[in-house]
Amino acid sequence: MTRTGPGVYDVAVVGAGVVGCAIARRLTLDGASVVVLDRAGDVGDGTSKANTAILHTGFDTVPGTLESRLVARGHTLLAAYAEATGIAVERCGALLVAWDDEQEASLPGLAAKAAANGCTDADVVDATEVRRREPQLGPGHRGGLLVPGEWAVDPWSVSLAFATEAVAAGAELRLATPVTGATPCDGGVEVRVPGATVRARWLVNAAGLGADLIDRMMGRADFTVTPRRGQLLVFDKSARRLLTHILLPVPTERSKGVLVSPTTWGNVLLGPTAEDLEDRTDTATTAAGVDQLLAAGRRILPALAHEEVTAAYAGLRAATEHRDYQIRCHVDLAYVTVGGIRSTGLTASPAIAEHVAALLAGAGARWSGPPVDPAPPAMPPLGEAQVRPLRDPERIATDPAYGTALCHCEQVSRGEVRDACHGPLAATGLGGVRRRTRAMNGRCQGNWCGAEVVALVAEQTGTDPAELTRSTR
Amino acid sequence: MTGPAVLVVGAGPAGLSAARELGRRGIGPVVVADREAVPGGVPRHCEHAGFGLQDLRRSLSGPAYARLLSRRAEAGGARILLATTVVELDDGGGVTLVGPGGIETLHPRAVLLATGARERPRSARLVPGDRPAGVFTTGQLQQWVQRGLPVGRRAVVVGAEHVAYSALVTLRHAGVPTVAMVTDLPRHQTLPAFAAATRFGLRVPLRTSSQVVGLLGHGRLESVEVEDRTTGRVDRLVADTIVFTGDWVPDHDLARRSGVELDPATRGPWTDGAGRTSRPGVLAAGNLVHPGETAGIAALGGRDAARRLAATWSAAGTVGAAAGLEVAVSGALHSVVPARVDPADPPHRLLLRTTAFGPGRLVVARQGGAEVGRHRLRHATPNRSLSVPGTVVVRADPLGGPVELSLV
Repeated sequence: MTRTGPGVYDVAVVGAGVVGCAIARRLTLDGASVVVLDRAGDVGDGTSKANTAILHTGFDTVPGTLESRLVARGHTLLAAYAEATGIAVERCGALLVAWDDEQEASLPGLAAKAAANGCTDADVVDATEVRRREPQLGPGHRGGLLVPGEWAVDPWSVSLAFATEAVAAGAELRLATPVTGATPCDGGVEVRVPGATVRARWLVNAAGLGADLIDRMMGRADFTVTPRRGQLLVFDKSARRLLTHILLPVPTERSKGVLVSPTTWGNVLLGPTAEDLEDRTDTATTAAGVDQLLAAGRRILPALAHEEVTAAYAGLRAATEHRDYQIRCHVDLAYVTVGGIRSTGLTASPAIAEHVAALLAGAGARWSGPPVDPAPPAMPPLGEAQVRPLRDPERIATDPAYGTALCHCEQVSRGEVRDACHGPLAATGLGGVRRRTRAMNGRCQGNWCGAEVVALVAEQTGTDPAELTRSTR
Repeated sequence: MTGPAVLVVGAGPAGLSAARELGRRGIGPVVVADREAVPGGVPRHCEHAGFGLQDLRRSLSGPAYARLLSRRAEAGGARILLATTVVELDDGGGVTLVGPGGIETLHPRAVLLATGARERPRSARLVPGDRPAGVFTTGQLQQWVQRGLPVGRRAVVVGAEHVAYSALVTLRHAGVPTVAMVTDLPRHQTLPAFAAATRFGLRVPLRTSSQVVGLLGHGRLESVEVEDRTTGRVDRLVADTIVFTGDWVPDHDLARRSGVELDPATRGPWTDGAGRTSRPGVLAAGNLVHPGETAGIAALGGRDAARRLAATWSAAGTVGAAAGLEVAVSGALHSVVPARVDPADPPHRLLLRTTAFGPGRLVVARQGGAEVGRHRLRHATPNRSLSVPGTVVVRADPLGGPVELSLV
């Protein structure tokens, strides 16, 4: 890439979550020389990896807000991007279920709100129709609101696809690189990382849970991040037959509430809790949180109580004191902050990227290279409904490693795990392998395949197994 | 290829023993499919001796036992398809397999499911806390050590039944000291000699009536929170390794997807004394049916199902669904296998599981309130095999109501 001087990037993006990766991709394709900095060892390793994995319509956002606009636009963009890259999407639709008079009375209002958010196909349905569509629902449900455009998406592949495309187009990804300081300087911004200073004409802060800390380094205090923990339970694939739609509760002021959703991997997701915390690293599950979810699950889908839990995890959302996204361009500081991106951020990410690109263009930013238009990356077919390599004779014919099962629960071949260890976005740890292949994510959680996966990853990456098992990341 | 006489799913002790027995009794061809690249099932990873005592009357190491069972099955004429996953049993009796040769459909006369069981992982046990590395099941640990992968420095073992002591031995073999064993029950559930040797010989303390309530550690496990349920006290034990043992769950996915009904207590298919399930043409045996039993008991179960299948086999006949008198449990008893019996031709044994020590050791079989049989157990220990001779049901009326077993 050409740059505007020795070692000066057009843009430094702090944060390699789904939002940072989307922005890096957009700006790189527009012709910018981009460097992405993240303290984590993989892309999408924070909030982006532990969410409800829903492609939102934005039907329940506050009309007129930036979030409303970007989620609606993001839905269109991400659906098309998923199609182009082969990222799994389950077009299941959502059914928001009312459980009492008050909630039922709120349905027409929610439908009107959906329409105001551009979601014009949301329909109020009566209790009979709700039961017809979801016969396993618990007793006491009333009518509901059908939102056909709410879909399940593979969240991990989205960050990976954005990053893969950005890197292929020339962006530089510096992982395991925490930002320790950032200050405006002549001609741009200086970002300090261990042992180096990165200089760029513009800084984009997409640091998620750390966005307010970066904001303060830049002399701003636009918002404060309060980590809001969401615990989630993933149920065994045998639970998948219990539901057809994403089952949503009537949202409250504070939260979208506990939902039950199909996943693109063929499981069922229950969650999240909503707990405001101080600690920005506390992704532990708690007995109280798990109990709360199980109780909610029993009410919504009683048969869920008889199913095994495959995984339990917690993610932190970057909640702020503001109700809307906090995306601001400070021209004088050569700085764009992208904060307060809530649970809708996965969907909105490509629209946020577009919005940030427009803000920068409006601020007079010009890029050192011409726009590029590469083919979108082909992501591995990880969806339960997709043709996995183990079931693909043509793929197996190219390489028998795709025909050798490694992880039986998730039907992952040796070839896929091997592939995940190579390339510009190679996994550096077992968590990265899990997110790229699904290996060890099934009902036995690596009971059968764990040792073999560790041995293979150690061999392929040249990493000491002791190092690999020092962390689940 | 179409139409073997019998397709056995799973090349573990139950499946291999069944295949051999079918061959010995002239039933064929028999195909055994296993998703692993090496036959033998769980014993492949258990390096200790003691395998084969119940079924072969000799003691072998797990891998040697696995090899012997495979050889015997093949000597009996069975063909073992490895790295082959059985995807589906369709309604018309077709069975879809995916293996190195691609996808193929077989039309066996009967299918014997012998897919075994595994220990519930940490997540399924809903143990809260961080998600650090260093969290194992016994089966996983055994494979780790067999491959020479590094395990850790200090371990906590969850459980105090046979398999927990086996995990402790494996840890010791890998040079990892166990700092505590934790059981939610008031005492251990293994042989007194094992427990004493561990406690006094190896000086591993056993925390009874306790449970793990939290794992701490952002990368690698750093400590384990253990709550004493009697006092409510929570101790934090420094450990970088934790092994969750026991708490078996059958690998019942294929059975379930094939419309075979499950026993809510075992979570495996319920069967009759001949291994038949609720679905005609589909049998089940081994730890899929009675999770947590030894390899030997699983092998005997496979052999017995094969024997009974062969005894009723006819060239044109079909294999029916499970039939017979219902057997149920009450009180502390948790499960009984099989769940249907023929009093005129009872199974060799009924396998029971109990949730508590006691109250007594006498198993009483009643039908309509009237006692039809009894058997005194040597012990009534949770998480351990409890076996009652099938003869306790011979006096039951075949046309009467369910036989209920209780412990007094």
